[in-house]
Amino acid sequence: MVSGLYIIVAHGNMIKKLVGLGLFQTSVYLLYLSPGKILGGTPPIISEQFTVYSNPLPHVLILTAIVVGVATLALGLALVVRINESFGTIEEDEIFAGDADE
Amino acid sequence: MISANLPAIQVVLPLLGAVVCAFIQRGVWAWGVALVVSVAMPFVAAGLLIQVLDGGPVSYAMGGWKPPIGIEYRVDVVNAFLLLLVSVIGAIIMPYAKRSIEKEIPADRQAWFYAIYLLCLCGLLGMTITGDAFNIFVFMEVSSLATYSLIAMGRDRRALLAAYQYLIMGTIGATFYVIGVGLLYSMTGTLNLADMASRLGDVQNSRTVLAALAFLTVGISLKLALFPLHVWLPNAYAFAPSMATAFLAATATKVAVYLLLRYFFSVFGTVFVHKLQPVLEIILLLSLAAMFGASIVAVFQDNVKRMLAYSSVGQIGYITLGIAIANQTGLTGGIVHLFNHALMKGALFMAIGAVFYQIGSVKLDDIAGIGKRMPITMGAFLIAGLSIIGVPGTVGFVSKWYLVLGSFEHGWWWLAFMIVASSLISVVYIGRIVEVVWFRSVSAAAKKAKDPPLSMLLPILLLVAATIYFGFDTSATAGIAGRAAEWLLAGVR
Repeated sequence: MVSGLYIIVAHGNMIKKLVGLGLFQTSVYLLYLSPGKILGGTPPIISEQFTVYSNPLPHVLILTAIVVGVATLALGLALVVRINESFGTIEEDEIFAGDADE
Repeated sequence: MISANLPAIQVVLPLLGAVVCAFIQRGVWAWGVALVVSVAMPFVAAGLLIQVLDGGPVSYAMGGWKPPIGIEYRVDVVNAFLLLLVSVIGAIIMPYAKRSIEKEIPADRQAWFYAIYLLCLCGLLGMTITGDAFNIFVFMEVSSLATYSLIAMGRDRRALLAAYQYLIMGTIGATFYVIGVGLLYSMTGTLNLADMASRLGDVQNSRTVLAALAFLTVGISLKLALFPLHVWLPNAYAFAPSMATAFLAATATKVAVYLLLRYFFSVFGTVFVHKLQPVLEIILLLSLAAMFGASIVAVFQDNVKRMLAYSSVGQIGYITLGIAIANQTGLTGGIVHLFNHALMKGALFMAIGAVFYQIGSVKLDDIAGIGKRMPITMGAFLIAGLSIIGVPGTVGFVSKWYLVLGSFEHGWWWLAFMIVASSLISVVYIGRIVEVVWFRSVSAAAKKAKDPPLSMLLPILLLVAATIYFGFDTSATAGIAGRAAEWLLAGVR
């Protein structure tokens, strides 16, 4: 989680920032999934042999969150493509240096 | 039948409208669809507000699954008020949008613009209406992703950078929010906000819950651009298309403020007020920093849209100040200011958007003397500007009055002084625009400008008329805000 955030802050390259963002989000998915597992629990399919089930709700939530994450990443990458087309670079320092005179 | 399903209609209609717009592909027709949907929304919201004022909170089980298992749409005074605000602004802005968008967006993208606008509206309304913590996240991302693309449609290439920056910051904010919700879920085992509030009592001494509070506060503060988490806002507002700026400035941050209210008072407030206290103190300090810091930065801007954007950060400070004061009067002031600021900032950004429509620039040098060429637009700008300052007779005065009273009630006379002092800074930046616009000789760029067509002028005048009307007749806004504040504080034991 923290390494993802670190990448976002530390790198000037826009693609790398998005990678950091992805890492950050993915680790949050794991944060959700881990408490859903109950020791000795089976997948939540009702059966007479088992009485302890893992909690399925976090998985459902994270399925939604993954979709959101994909959309965010796609939009972010699309923006980077457009930025590259109009500025000719995806390094933040170069863009800000070029824009300073405006 | 219809009145029972109003909560669902409120969200589903813009969603369907967005799909229709995306299929139509013709700018004018898409605008028509968006217009019909946006104009229908205030009626739905008003219907809900009437239901709530008469009969108490409305609970709607989405898809027929009973809460707390299913997703519950829960409408009480607070969010019914917000729903009305968001949908009214959305409706007023649509007639204005047509001309402005025709000028600023290429013809082949106009239909997409309206589709995305409706998605954004859907997300904002959804965030407001839902009573499910994770559902809020989903709608938050619907509206945020739509917002990023709206901003990226600006003509200036720096709009792309602004959108990218906002995407990074906004996603971090949303992810922080998700972490907070996840921690709360692991402690309480529920995502329904009302249910969560009732179960938090058992685990109130847990450190996990405190961490959740911290994550939620930071995440939502990023969305509402609380100082110093506002860095995405000025660029985003400055380079987005005029119509998008006006809409976002009036609504998006307000909905985030509502989330903060909801979590602080309805969820956490019920069990540990004493632990909330330090958080409120921090927010008090940050609000003061916003009121002074952002306003001072606003004074030195040369791009009027940017100046107004910084002013927005300052004004959000007043709203969060109302939250931090946390007594009946102060909170009423905060909620009223939420409404009032939406009115006046909407009017200001639309007026300046009309200037952009006519002369293609919003630099201070270019708009010199434009008051003589566009007297009605700039007259409206002047009145809305006076309201930002807080001149009596405008809405800005009403909310500041409540905030000052609230701080006196709390025994914080110095805070009342600070509120007045920070208003003086807004005199400087609004005064700077007014001086340039009215008292300088007409610049080369502004020579041919004239007042915009009626379809753009009317929405501006309507909002300005509202700023004056609600400045005199406070019973409607302050009355409902007062009831909302009462409702929120009733949760705090």
